[in-house]
Amino acid sequence: MYVAVKGGETAIANAHAWLDEARRGDPSVPELTTDQVAEQLTLAVDRAMSEGSLYDPGLGALAVKQARGDGIEAAFLLRAYRTTLPRFAASLPVDTGAMAVRRRVSATYKDLPGGQVLGPTFDYTHRLLDFALAAEGYAPARSEEAEPGEDAAFPRVTGLLAGEGLMAPEVASDEEPADVTRTPTTYPATRALRLQRLARGDEGFLLGMAYSTQRGYGNSHPFVGELRQGSVAVTIVPEELGFEIEIGEIEVTECEMVNQFKGSRSEPPQFTRGYGLTFGRLERRAMSMALVDRALRAEELGEDATAPAQDEEFVLNHSDNIEATGFLEHLKLPHYVDFQSELESVRAMRAQVEAERAAPQAFKEAAE
Amino acid sequence: MTGLLPGFADPVVDAQSTFRAVLEAMARPGRVQRLPAPPAPPAPLSPAAGAVLLALADGETPLWLDAGADASEWARFHAGCPVAADAGGAEFVLAVGTPPALSALEAGTDEDPHRSATLILQVAALEEGTGWRLTGPGIEHEHRLHVTGAPDGFLAQWAANRALSPRGVDVILCAGDRVAALPRGTSIKEG
Amino acid sequence: MSGYNFAYLDEGTKRMIRRALLKAVAVPGFQVPFGSREMPLPYGWGTGGIQVTAAVIGPDDTLKVIDQGADDTTNAVSIRRFFARVAPGLRTTESTAEATVIQTRHRIPETPLREGQVMVYQVPQPEPLFRLEPRRAETRRLHALADYGLMQVKLYEDIARHGRVASSYDHPVMVGDRYLMSPSPIPSFDNPKMHMSPALQLFGAGRERRLYAVPPYTAVRSLDFEDHPFVPLRANGRCTLCGSGESYLDEVVTDDRGGRMFVCSDTDYCGTRQARMKEAAE
Repeated sequence: MYVAVKGGETAIANAHAWLDEARRGDPSVPELTTDQVAEQLTLAVDRAMSEGSLYDPGLGALAVKQARGDGIEAAFLLRAYRTTLPRFAASLPVDTGAMAVRRRVSATYKDLPGGQVLGPTFDYTHRLLDFALAAEGYAPARSEEAEPGEDAAFPRVTGLLAGEGLMAPEVASDEEPADVTRTPTTYPATRALRLQRLARGDEGFLLGMAYSTQRGYGNSHPFVGELRQGSVAVTIVPEELGFEIEIGEIEVTECEMVNQFKGSRSEPPQFTRGYGLTFGRLERRAMSMALVDRALRAEELGEDATAPAQDEEFVLNHSDNIEATGFLEHLKLPHYVDFQSELESVRAMRAQVEAERAAPQAFKEAAE
Repeated sequence: MTGLLPGFADPVVDAQSTFRAVLEAMARPGRVQRLPAPPAPPAPLSPAAGAVLLALADGETPLWLDAGADASEWARFHAGCPVAADAGGAEFVLAVGTPPALSALEAGTDEDPHRSATLILQVAALEEGTGWRLTGPGIEHEHRLHVTGAPDGFLAQWAANRALSPRGVDVILCAGDRVAALPRGTSIKEG
Repeated sequence: MSGYNFAYLDEGTKRMIRRALLKAVAVPGFQVPFGSREMPLPYGWGTGGIQVTAAVIGPDDTLKVIDQGADDTTNAVSIRRFFARVAPGLRTTESTAEATVIQTRHRIPETPLREGQVMVYQVPQPEPLFRLEPRRAETRRLHALADYGLMQVKLYEDIARHGRVASSYDHPVMVGDRYLMSPSPIPSFDNPKMHMSPALQLFGAGRERRLYAVPPYTAVRSLDFEDHPFVPLRANGRCTLCGSGESYLDEVVTDDRGGRMFVCSDTDYCGTRQARMKEAAE
């Protein structure tokens, strides 16, 4: 006899218990601590913080651990936590010009004031599995590269170009930007809103979109004007004090892409900028963001906007991986009521087709 | 100002029950709802008008009101809403006297008809069963609503407002501890 | 769950949703954008419905949650448990008649709704035109102009090709003769229940950040043509458990040789009928 499937509380509780067990893995292997995650899986934590829009390496590490290393799930945990937090203040814009730089490269000049600082990068590593890492007691060699001094100055490449009048100026605005986490985006969106959405967008999606612009889907001729990574101070102005106080430092990566612009009737030929800024040390992410930002400026700069990466509504509405994965994964939920209605509908349509085949003449007459 | 009067006794539960009454009122135009736990706001605000204000207005909703300094101070303190100098720029317009003309309030746009003002209109009394004849969404056949103290010429203004539909101003009528509502799509005929 | 506000959402968020709901009721069928929050459940799991319910319910309410018509499906159980945890005092029920707020995914109960009840629909895609015009900037304009020619053409093509309208669920409706609206993915069988319903119907789409409403006693017309009137479909059969020949049925496959049976999708309706039959027999 048929028994209805009961997906009751016990089943859910059991599934959760099993998940906990699976997360822990073999209990004879020592458990991972969140400190270890925060210190040794930094880029996974950085990505969870970026897509989760919450800067807290400790919580990021917890999220990565709880999510069993799944980046989107980790970002989701941070977002869901973030929405419950009270807001004490809005910080002032961070000054990336005053960044304590750990890494800074420019592809446009061989050398420049402040110099090229390679910093800790994968760039010139040979991608050979390092079996020494699998052994216990591994101690890394001491780094010989000197850290830039505290007072080292790193003038921006885009500033150097601007000094020559070759860089299109950005329009400064004191207008309070809308908050994408609180207001639904309507289109066309402002650049401030676009950058917010891109900053928390899925890295894979941004990368794919950026890559498409390099392959001719959207005409861009990008150069990495500058990529810089390091820590910046976060400051607020508490209402009761009325002056700035520093509340901490965050690690960020900033990318300014320099793109040629042929000029228009009102503007002379010059360079324009695509901008990327992300929490942590996520260069690929900052670069992708900068390329997509530049692609989305097509209309503003009077260029043809025909490629997917230049389509603002398309890009922004599909960049959020928490939204995307939710809607995709919800297909796992029961849909049998709708499927039943499809079954009835397809059966009815087939019956009609079969009846027509069996007696075409009668149908023809009826139709006439 | 003689000391600030309190707002809701239980801000969470009272805001919810007030909202539900207003929702029910908006969904069934002309039906009168009694608020279970309204605050005692400073005169001349009625408990109902005070409750609606606290339940719906906050720092994100510019408010225009004509109820005097005590009421303004009370609204600012408990709801935290910015006070608009011009009723045309307000999301909530609270009138205890003759209200601004409906046509002077924000009516929304064709694409954003929800961006319209809500007029919280304090009147002397609200009774079901007699008076105006209301029809439209939310009403099965006809609702009767007797409004004591409606502003002069209100029905003519209302007809013009209704003609804007789906744009238009929505009205929440308040008297004592009672509320009734007139969403923009409601048609009103003299009783 | 101490540390969280009643019904999880903070009061500011509730007020924002409540204001949007009042405007939604005042403009029946119009999709009101709202500042949907990230919920502790994934998008697609009913975050819009949950936010609407959280903004509406109070400790005096009795909440029923169904998915596919059933109170005991996993997600319905999970959402009901969520509210039981975060809304102290709230009663939950499986009975349609007892409920004051009913959150649903994909069904409208068989038991007729009454005044004083609030239906909350979980909506995956609030834009009825999205398959025909994916740009929301454009569909917004079409709604403003009440230009629904695209949909008329689509339905007409269905008829020309299949002899009937091919949408079997989420069949678009006109609300109050003004706005084209998605009834959410309910089977077209349920569409007529929306028309002139005594209950207030609220719709929440969390991921798409829209909510909308149908006030009680409001005309809700399923799109059709005079010569091809809308026909709600159900499986041609009776419920094996309660014998109902009127309710919407789920088809259950019983073996791999084509064996199947039908049971009510609405578990409360079916259970009540079975209990009555048992009483009558005794």
